[in-house]
Amino acid sequence: MSLAGGLLRLELLSDPEMLSVVRSAVMRLSEELGFTDAECRGVTRAVDEALANIIRHAYGGRPGQPIELTCRRMRERTGMRRAGLEIVLVDRGTPADRKKLCGRPLDEIRPGGLGIHLIQEGVDVMQYATNVHRNRLRLVKYLPAAETEAKMAKGENGENFNPPTG
Amino acid sequence: MKISTRRLDKTTVLDISGDIDMAHSTELRRVVLVEFRESRTPRVVLNMIEVRYIDSSGVASLVEGLKASRDVGSRLILVGLTPFVQEILRLTRLLTIFEIYDTEEKALAS
Repeated sequence: MSLAGGLLRLELLSDPEMLSVVRSAVMRLSEELGFTDAECRGVTRAVDEALANIIRHAYGGRPGQPIELTCRRMRERTGMRRAGLEIVLVDRGTPADRKKLCGRPLDEIRPGGLGIHLIQEGVDVMQYATNVHRNRLRLVKYLPAAETEAKMAKGENGENFNPPTG
Repeated sequence: MKISTRRLDKTTVLDISGDIDMAHSTELRRVVLVEFRESRTPRVVLNMIEVRYIDSSGVASLVEGLKASRDVGSRLILVGLTPFVQEILRLTRLLTIFEIYDTEEKALAS
């Protein structure tokens, strides 16, 4: 595990016992980036559910399979995007069924099928892409506007930042 | 996750601590289903005051336990839900389907 400049990169094996380790790391990173407590819980839950899905579905529960997790701080750019946290999960298992990436209706009271809903609830963006060799899930959680404005005032957005117009 | 069992007359209290996630939810499911399907326990209380985290597989185990309790005419009661557990049950719109009490005393008196 390495952590530098707000970046986190983990190379994991598909072991459910590692989920608690990842949760701790993502929770701490989210706190450091200035998310609220509820947002930190949401992001952590989203990553945890995504990893569990990879272990359970992409790898069929097989242990020892590779998973890469990368967290990156997104800096604000005028008219393009807000500041936030980008999390990318890469695996080399069976691609997900896109029909199941929408989740199921919550008015059905039955076990299972809640993970996708919890991922979507915890982040602002969920993008899934796959090719022959790997599957890539990208999650983004934007910082609250107030947080972004505070960073603007402190000049923490770097040279790429320009004040919004209009 | 750890599960300790206490038997009180017609009630079984399961004291659960730690994280109920993919690594441990199967064990919770097994213990709860045994209480209803094999032991036919009239009332099972899950004391969750020391549960730090629960994921969707843990929630699924609770739902399955609830269904099993209804199948045999028993009761599954959740006690001492931490804010994190309450939050995930609310997000999955399951908070109202469970019988929930703040304390074990209230659950046992119900």
